[in-house]
Amino acid sequence: MTQTRRLSSGLINRQRPLNFEFDGKKFSGYQGDTLASALLANGVQLMGRSFKYHRPRGPFTSGSEEPNAIVELREGARKEPNTRATTIELYDDLIAKSQNRWPSLGFDMMAVNDLFSNFLTAGFYYKTFMWPAAFWEKLYEPIIRRAAGLGSASLEADPDCYDKGFLHCDLLIIGAGAAGLAAALVTGRAGLDVILADEDFLIGGRLNQESFSIDDQAGSAFAASTYEELASLPNVKIMKRTTVVGAFDHGIYGLVERVADHLKVPADGQPRQRLWRVYSQSALLCAGATERPIAFENNDRPGIMLAGAMRAYANRWATAVGDRIAIFANNDDAHRTAHDLHRLGVEIAAVIDSRPEAPTSAHFEVLPASEVVNTHGRLGINSIDVKTPQGLRQLQVNGLGVSGGWNPNIHLTCHQRGRPQWDPVISAFVPSADLPKSLLVAGAANGKMTTAAAMQDAVTMAMKIAKDLGHKPKSLKVPKTSDESVSVTPFWYVTGTQRGWVDQQNDVTVKDIKLAHQENFRSVEHLKRYTTLGMATDQGKTSNVLGLAIMAQTAGQSIPETGTTIYRPPYSPTAIGVFAGRSRDKDFRPVRKTPSHKWAEEQGAVFVEVGMWYRAQWFPRAGETHWRQSVDREVKTTRESVGICDVTTLGKIDVQGADAAAFLNKVYCNGFAKLDVGKTRYGLMLREDGIAMDDGTAARLAEDHFVVTTTTANAVSVYRHMEFVRQVLSPDMDVQLISTTESWAQYAVAGPNARNLLRKIVDAEFDISNEAFPFMACGAITVCGGLRARLFRISFSGELAYEIAVPTRYGDAMFRALVEAGEEFGGCAYGSEALGVMRIEKGHAAGNELNGTTTALNLGMGRIVSTRKDSIGAVLSRREGLSKDDALKLVGFKPCRASDQVPAGSHLMTKGSPIDAKHDQGYVTSACYSPTLGHHIAIGFLKSGDKRLGETVRLVSPLTNIEHDVEVVSAHFVDPEGDKLRV
Amino acid sequence: MIINHPLLGPRDAAEFTYLGDASLINRPDGMAENALPAFIDYGYLRDNVAGNHRELWFHEQGDRSWLVVTRHTLTHEIVKVELAADVARKEGRSK
Repeated sequence: MTQTRRLSSGLINRQRPLNFEFDGKKFSGYQGDTLASALLANGVQLMGRSFKYHRPRGPFTSGSEEPNAIVELREGARKEPNTRATTIELYDDLIAKSQNRWPSLGFDMMAVNDLFSNFLTAGFYYKTFMWPAAFWEKLYEPIIRRAAGLGSASLEADPDCYDKGFLHCDLLIIGAGAAGLAAALVTGRAGLDVILADEDFLIGGRLNQESFSIDDQAGSAFAASTYEELASLPNVKIMKRTTVVGAFDHGIYGLVERVADHLKVPADGQPRQRLWRVYSQSALLCAGATERPIAFENNDRPGIMLAGAMRAYANRWATAVGDRIAIFANNDDAHRTAHDLHRLGVEIAAVIDSRPEAPTSAHFEVLPASEVVNTHGRLGINSIDVKTPQGLRQLQVNGLGVSGGWNPNIHLTCHQRGRPQWDPVISAFVPSADLPKSLLVAGAANGKMTTAAAMQDAVTMAMKIAKDLGHKPKSLKVPKTSDESVSVTPFWYVTGTQRGWVDQQNDVTVKDIKLAHQENFRSVEHLKRYTTLGMATDQGKTSNVLGLAIMAQTAGQSIPETGTTIYRPPYSPTAIGVFAGRSRDKDFRPVRKTPSHKWAEEQGAVFVEVGMWYRAQWFPRAGETHWRQSVDREVKTTRESVGICDVTTLGKIDVQGADAAAFLNKVYCNGFAKLDVGKTRYGLMLREDGIAMDDGTAARLAEDHFVVTTTTANAVSVYRHMEFVRQVLSPDMDVQLISTTESWAQYAVAGPNARNLLRKIVDAEFDISNEAFPFMACGAITVCGGLRARLFRISFSGELAYEIAVPTRYGDAMFRALVEAGEEFGGCAYGSEALGVMRIEKGHAAGNELNGTTTALNLGMGRIVSTRKDSIGAVLSRREGLSKDDALKLVGFKPCRASDQVPAGSHLMTKGSPIDAKHDQGYVTSACYSPTLGHHIAIGFLKSGDKRLGETVRLVSPLTNIEHDVEVVSAHFVDPEGDKLRV
Repeated sequence: MIINHPLLGPRDAAEFTYLGDASLINRPDGMAENALPAFIDYGYLRDNVAGNHRELWFHEQGDRSWLVVTRHTLTHEIVKVELAADVARKEGRSK
C-alpha cells in the first residue's frame, strides 16, 4: 500500500523511508513519523478495539494523551502491550499488532458486547453477577476478563536493561514548547544550570504542529534555532524523549528517559530506559495544554479525532486523516485546522460551530449555532448528521475534527495534593496557588492560551526564578506571533446524546454519567469509581473535565461546585522495569560472601541465602546422594572428633570507652558490669516492650573494650538500636561503637579434638590449656607464626569449642589451614545445616525462637532479666500479661513412635482435647533429625512447658494432615549438664 | 525528601531509616517506683500530629547520626534538623 494520505511539506525526513508491519501487513513511512502518523498516511484509520464494547477505534490524539490507538509493540520477549501508536517513534522493521480483538481487527466477535450495551452500563460489575458468590470466581470473572482486556504481556523475562541516575540543577523546565524554550533562553543565557525535558523526540511542542509564524519564521524553524542555541550552552541539558513522571517532595522530580525505544533493539550495553531522579532548586512547568472533545452520538468512530491533533498530523507529519473533512467545535482555535487543511489541499466539508457568532471563512462553509448529532460508518466514519438552525443536514466526510477547548496540563501541580481552580475565561482548570514548593507554572499550562501570552508568561516566570537564585537575567523580547484568537464558549455535549463517548478507553458514555447521577453517585470521586471514568491507561487526560462538566450540568450546579479529581504520578504509563533499574535477578540486592566461600565452592558446597549472605549449607562428599547423609556425617564428625564452621556472618560490634561496661549493662537484660577482662558472657537484648530482640555474646578484651556478637539476621538492626541507646538515651556515656562484621573472619572449631587442632595453629607462647584458657575465656593471640587473632572459648554446638577470628584478608588462608590441621583427626568442615542440628540438639534458641513474640520467660531465661539495674525492656517484660502462670515455655519434643517426624510449625494439643485454636497449647519452632540420638527431635513453645516434662501431647498440622503423639522433654537433648563444654 | 543534616548538609531521605516520635528520647527511669505505667505511656502513647512533628531518623547509609527532624506531616516541609544527642542533652539526658 502506498502513502495515499501524504501531504506536502511536514517535519518528516523523506530521504529516509522506513518499512514497518501492522497486523501482518507491510507499510512504509518516514523518519520522523509516529506509528499513528505513518498508518494514517497509509489510509489506515482503524487501529484498535475499545475495552468493553469492542467498538472500532482509531487515533484520537497525536500525543501521550491517546485513549484509543493502543497496540502491542514488538514481538517475543520485547512485546509491550498498551503502547500508544501516537507516541511510538517509527523505526525500520517495526512490528506492531492491534489488541483486544478476535479473530481480527476488522471482524471482532466480541463486538457483540456492543449490542448488549444496556447491560454493561456504569456499575455493571456491582449490579450483575452478585450471586451466587462461587460463580463469580469460576465463571463470571474469567468470562469478563476474556471479553474485556487491554493487550497481553509477553510472559518472558525482559531482555533489556534499565538504568537509574541522579541529576542536580538550578531549574528543571518541564516541556520544551514555546513557553519552555523561552524560559530556557532566559535562564540558560543567565548562566543557571538548566535541565529542559520533553517527552517528544522533536523539541518544540506545538510550535512544530502549527502553521503560524514567530517573528516571520515558521514556528518549527524558531524551535530548531532555539534548540541549537540552547544545545550550545554548557549549562543547559536538553533531554528529549524524557517524561517528567512525578513531582515529589523538596524539589525532587522523577524523569523517565526513553533511551532506545526508537530503535529496534538497544545497542550493545545500552539501557532501554533511564529513570532520573532530579534534585532541583526550582522547576517550571511548561507542559502546555491538552484538547478536550465534545460528546455526541457515536463520536468514537475511526476518523474522528481532536481538531488540534488533526492539524498536527497535517502540519508536522504531512498526513491528512481523510480527504473530506469536517470540524465540530465551540472555539476559534479549531477553525485553524480547517484553514491549515484547506491550504494543504484537503477538502473541507464544513466547520460546524456551536456558537451563533462563529468566525466565517472565504474558503469553506461555516455552520454557526450547529451541532453534530450523529455519525455513521462501520469501521470508520463516512457521514455525519448536522443539526443547523435551518434543519438537519447529512455531510459525507471521512474525517471529523472535534474541539471542546483546551485543558491546561496541570497534572504535576497536583502530585502533592494541590487542588486546581476553575478559570471561567478559558472554561478550564488552572493551577491554584497551592503548588509544590519551588514549582512555578507558565504558558498554556498556566492558562495562557496564545503563543505570545504563553511565551511572555514564561519569560516573566524565568526572570523571577533567575533573580531568586541570585542571577542577573536579561529579559527576552517576546517574538510576534500570528495566533491571537482563542475565544471559547463552553459546550460539553449535544442535547439528547446517549451513546456519546466521554472516556473512550474505558467506554464511559454520557448515559453512564447520567446513570451515575441518577443512582446518587454524585461526588466526583464516586463518579470516577462507579463509571471508571478516567481510570484507564490514559488516566482520562482527554475525558476527565468533560465527564465532570456533564455531571455538573446534570446536577444543575457549576463545575467549581462539582469539584475535580486530582492526579498522581506517573504522568503517563511507565514500564515497571525502569523502577527496578539494575536491581533484578542476581543483582536484585548485593551478595555477601564469607571468607571461606571460595574454598566452599571448591568443595562443591551447597549454599543457602541468609539475608544477603551466602552460607555453605553442607559439603557433600563422594557417594553422598542425599543432603541428610552429608549433614549427619558433619554432625557426627564434629561430635566425635572436630568440625570447622564459618561463622563470619554473625554481626560483630566493637564497643569501646570508659563506660563500655555500663553501656552493655543497659542494652542487655542480664548483668555485664562485673564481667572480668578475658571473659565472654551470653547476652540477651530485649526490645523496650519486653520482647526478646536478639542474643549473642560479649567478650571483654580490656577494661574499656568489648566485642559484641549479634545474630546474622539482626546485625544491622541491633547496631542501629545500640546507636539509639548511645546517642539518644545516654548521650554523655563515654562509649563508641563500630560494626566490625566485615573486618574479622571468624570460625568455630568444635569437638573433642578442637583444642588439639588449635594447638597446631595457635602460636606456642599462648597457653590454651583448659586451666589457662577455660570455658568462656577470650583473648588476643597470634596464629601461624605472628598473625594477630582473637580466640573465644564459646560453644553453640555443645561441644568443647572455640571461635577464632583473624583479619578478613587472612580468612581464606586461615580456613584452609584449619581444615588441613583437622585432617589428622579426621575432622571436617560443617555447614549451616549441621550447625542448626547441633544447636537444636543442645536446645539453644535461634531466630525461630527469637521470633518477635517471645520473652525471656518464654525462652526459659526469665531469671536472667536483672531487677537490680535499668536495662532496655526490663520493665515491660514484667507486665502481667507477659508473665502469666501458664506462659509458653521452651521445651523439647520427641516422637512417641521413633519413625515420626516433629515438623516445625505444627501445633500442640493436650491429649483428648478438641483440636481447634481455642485449645491450642503451643507450637513447634525448630525441628531436625538428630544423628546423635537416631530419631527426629524438635524444640518449641508449650504452655507451662517446664512443668509438663514427660507428658504426651498431640502434635497436629492440619495443613499437612499430620497428627500424632509426641513426648515433652527438656530442650537440652545432648549433654544437658554441659560437661563437654568444660573439658 | 531531602534532610538537611546538621553536619553533612542536604542528604536524600533514602540514606536514612525512620524510627518515630522524638518523645522516645524521654525514656522513664526503669528503677523508679511508678516505672510500669510510665513505660506503658512511653511505649504506646503517641500524639498523631497534623502539623509539625518531631521525629527520630537514623543516618544509616551515612555517618550513623541519630537526628531529630521536625517535619510538617501535611506538607512534608522539614523546618528543623538537629543531632539527637544535642536534643537529648537539652532535655536532660546524660548517662
